[in-house]
Amino acid sequence: METSIWRPIIYLVGIMAFAGVNAAYLGWCERKGAGRIQRRPGPKEVGPAGLLQPLADGIKLMTKQLLVPQGVDGIIFRVAPVIAMIPAITSMVVIPFSGNIQARAMELSVLLLFALASLAMIAILLGGWASGNKYAIISSARAVSQNLAYEIPMLLTVIAIVMISGSMNLRDIAIDQQGGFWHWNIFRFENGHFLYMWVGFIIFFICSIAETNRAPFDMAEAESELVAGFMTEYSSMGFGLFMMGEYLNIVVGACLTATLFLGGWDCPFGQTPGVWWFLLKIYILIFTVIWVRWTFPRTQVYRLLNLSWKILIPFSLVNVLVTAAFIKVF
Amino acid sequence: MQPLVWPPMANPTLFSLEGAVGIIFLLTIALVVTGGLIAVVSQRLVRAVSGLAICFTGLAGVYYFLLSPFVAMMQLLIYVGAVSILIAFGIMMATPEQEIGPGNAWISRLVGPLGASVGGLFFAALTILGLKTPWQVFPRTAEASGDIEQVGKTLLTSHSMVFELISIVLLMAIIGALVIARRGRN
Repeated sequence: METSIWRPIIYLVGIMAFAGVNAAYLGWCERKGAGRIQRRPGPKEVGPAGLLQPLADGIKLMTKQLLVPQGVDGIIFRVAPVIAMIPAITSMVVIPFSGNIQARAMELSVLLLFALASLAMIAILLGGWASGNKYAIISSARAVSQNLAYEIPMLLTVIAIVMISGSMNLRDIAIDQQGGFWHWNIFRFENGHFLYMWVGFIIFFICSIAETNRAPFDMAEAESELVAGFMTEYSSMGFGLFMMGEYLNIVVGACLTATLFLGGWDCPFGQTPGVWWFLLKIYILIFTVIWVRWTFPRTQVYRLLNLSWKILIPFSLVNVLVTAAFIKVF
Repeated sequence: MQPLVWPPMANPTLFSLEGAVGIIFLLTIALVVTGGLIAVVSQRLVRAVSGLAICFTGLAGVYYFLLSPFVAMMQLLIYVGAVSILIAFGIMMATPEQEIGPGNAWISRLVGPLGASVGGLFFAALTILGLKTPWQVFPRTAEASGDIEQVGKTLLTSHSMVFELISIVLLMAIIGALVIARRGRN
């Protein structure tokens, strides 16, 4: 059954289409959301309710000249935006959209996602360094220290989930939570996990916002301090690829949160599980991410690092211990 | 975890599943070799680190082909994701890019040929060893399947001493880092 050549081709096209539509239209959603929160209409000229705005943006970005300023490291400068996109799209291969929509249900898919997430960090580091611009270098140094710091509590929280489900396969973790919201990891009744799992959920959600470099943690492109951070020297599609990579990382983060904590494709009342519930969950999470970005002001670097090293890491370590105790005792 | 194609065919055609797997294997080898060459040859340190990252990525592919996906993922997560990034970070923070001066011309002229000959000798020795050794094919057992459950069980039973020693080393590293960080504060 697996040997058919059409299955990989259909999944390849489907994943590319999903990634492209999301990368384009999340930009529109964000501008609409920002407009709503700041009491202005947002994009509205191109097409009904501005719905053709992403298309216009895409044409604009693609027809602009790709400037390579003097003094940059040419090869790395051109390759970095591509590296920003590759891990984000590749991650979608292991995401279980529903019980039977998943490109490859490999064991260790959780590990694969984190390995790919650490590759995305390289893109920011190399892009910022290759620009030969001091703002860009400061920005990539900030981005790396931030991502390294937030990877640790994120992995520790995932360890708790893996301990409960007994598997590193995202599909098995999702199947383990089927049958109504009281089976989801965040509200799990069995063994009394609901007493503390919301702490893990909050830690994971904060980390996923920080890992995707979104406000209030967007120290890497703090436009009031660093022009545009690592993207300062990029024009046209180089900039476009970085932006698309950022939106895709948000999508992957939301998918991971929905699968690990919110039961994947499960219906809250155990009736009609399917891909629609998964999409509903990830878009609610993505809306929350946009909402948080336009509601809270940017933090400072030392506060950001203190939050991770002094609060999130101790809490997630205790979370692992408490999870082990609950599994063994109850 | 099952191998991609099992049992392996003797002479697969190019446009079969085995052929595609073979091409992917050759690509991972090419990644290792080109990455290693970039790391050695390039003049700029950051490019050398990028080459190192490419080489590690290829190595992860080789581990995957050796049926140990867990080691492959760890290679990506630790070596590509953390080690190369920390090296690059150190380079960025340390000194600005400087021209490689002539230095001691006598020694620098000798370094290249010496390194090349030592590397060549090692390569030749390993190749001869690999070709001459009568390789035995062991049956695949549960312990050798490389999946994470077996790794965990062996780490906590037959190899628990190694596990404990590694944790002591890591603990010492953490305490050392804390001591150094604290000292610089006042």
